[in-house]
Amino acid sequence: MPTFPLVTHQSPDQVVAWQQGVAISLNKFLGDVAHLAAVLPAGGHMLNLCSDRYHFSVGLASAIVSGKISLLPPTITPETLRQLQAFSADVFCLHDSDHGAAELHQLRYPVMPQSYPATLEIPQIDSQQPAAILFTSGSSGTPLPHPKSWGSLVRNVRAQAERLGLLGGAARTIVGTVPPQHMYGLESTVLLALQSGHALSSAHPFYPADICSAIEAAPMPRVLVSTPVHLKSLLEAELDMPAVEMILSATAPLSAQLAKAVEMRFNAPLLEIYGSTETGQIATRRPTQTPEWQLFPGLRLTRQGERMWASGGHVEIAAALNDVIETTTDNRFLLHGRMADLVNIAGKRSSLSSLNHQLNAIPGVLDGAFYMPEETSHDHVTRLSACVVAPVLSRQALIAALRKRIDPVFLPRPLLFVTALPRNSTGKLPREALRMLIENSRLETSASDHPA
Amino acid sequence: MSQNISSTTGNDAALQLEIAELMVQALNLEVSATEIQSDTPLYGSGLGLDSIDILEIALVVSKRYGLQLRADSENNHHIFSSLRNLTEYVAKQRTR
Repeated sequence: MPTFPLVTHQSPDQVVAWQQGVAISLNKFLGDVAHLAAVLPAGGHMLNLCSDRYHFSVGLASAIVSGKISLLPPTITPETLRQLQAFSADVFCLHDSDHGAAELHQLRYPVMPQSYPATLEIPQIDSQQPAAILFTSGSSGTPLPHPKSWGSLVRNVRAQAERLGLLGGAARTIVGTVPPQHMYGLESTVLLALQSGHALSSAHPFYPADICSAIEAAPMPRVLVSTPVHLKSLLEAELDMPAVEMILSATAPLSAQLAKAVEMRFNAPLLEIYGSTETGQIATRRPTQTPEWQLFPGLRLTRQGERMWASGGHVEIAAALNDVIETTTDNRFLLHGRMADLVNIAGKRSSLSSLNHQLNAIPGVLDGAFYMPEETSHDHVTRLSACVVAPVLSRQALIAALRKRIDPVFLPRPLLFVTALPRNSTGKLPREALRMLIENSRLETSASDHPA
Repeated sequence: MSQNISSTTGNDAALQLEIAELMVQALNLEVSATEIQSDTPLYGSGLGLDSIDILEIALVVSKRYGLQLRADSENNHHIFSSLRNLTEYVAKQRTR
């Protein structure tokens, strides 16, 4: 049975992570993993909410060495927690702040020993072992599970390291502005470091000034793992950028203009990663040089009807992609936006059918539909609108009910209360009719000075 | 002494309204600045802003008042726990 090591660092003193200026050695990491594994509850599924990236990594690794599966849902709302429990009744939550998930059995990240005297062995993990289950929002409202074996995760980030030129050479410090709980952050800020001998920065900075400080605090050479939203706010903040060797961006395509501005400001190459929760990352491009994406070695794209499917390489189960794709050569392609039903707001993904399902499941909602306006620019976040027929509900009550069910980035702006939706005789709701309804009401609102 | 306190409060109230106006403008909010109560949570429930909004406001506020927002606790969004908290932060850190 093929195995992969938990971590590819070799010497016990090699740095695995930087936590508030303190180097965490391989031996300390292995000790912490064993220490945490010894106190994990009996349940077989872990919801890892640790916000410190090092704590998250120890949590992930301790689950793996204990044969437990990490559950990574797209968002944490009361509704998702309920659904996770329905998915696996033995799920428990690991957290490192006062904001855990009170609904679940909880374990707070323990205070760890300063160091471990004995040299610890690196666990070898069966490549077939289920390591994580990521979820996407299903169209019926129930999250869809996407199981990842240890082997598929490792093969994926090793291919990434090779593509990015991060195999061998100096040990980099990887600083991320994205959480480790989603596919991109999991791969590019945690597993990439653990599987190619680099160090991860434990920080999860948010404000531009905090991002700059986190980069400065990280030993060089550094890799910045970010998103278009964060890169744009960094550029606009008028700060001095610390040196980085490379910038990675994913979650949404960058415009060539923003990519060029980022490269000029950092004086470093910006590489974009294309992937999905289903497939992991499958292609990269440098947008200042080409709009074409280059597939990872061993992957194939196959068209079936309207959809393009990815298979091969680390992709164990062929998966449909959510974008309109034009292949240009065997291993290169162009992206032409998302499939009609799908919504991606600042990297959070859902579908109109899933959101509509959640809206219509709220008691008091007689009919309702979300609407995604045309995006005017890649670099500006476009928000959803919604129309609803709910005569007995107040705006506040409806928003509060939605907030329990969907990620806040999908909350509609505006939310219009109407007496009926413009459905046609077959009950279908033409997108154009919905657009007219929303745009007209916008005009009326601004004309009448109504406080809404 | 008591005069000082009341004038500080007055300044803060003016600053608070000014910041509320910046937010309404930057985010096209469907409320007026005077409707945002000083202790309403801005993030999550309450005004309902999310992290994308917060980055947007952080930028507007930093340009207007010549400061850089920094997370003042483990919780990145703590500054946005209320309009009052944000106003106090700006009052303390502003350079213009």
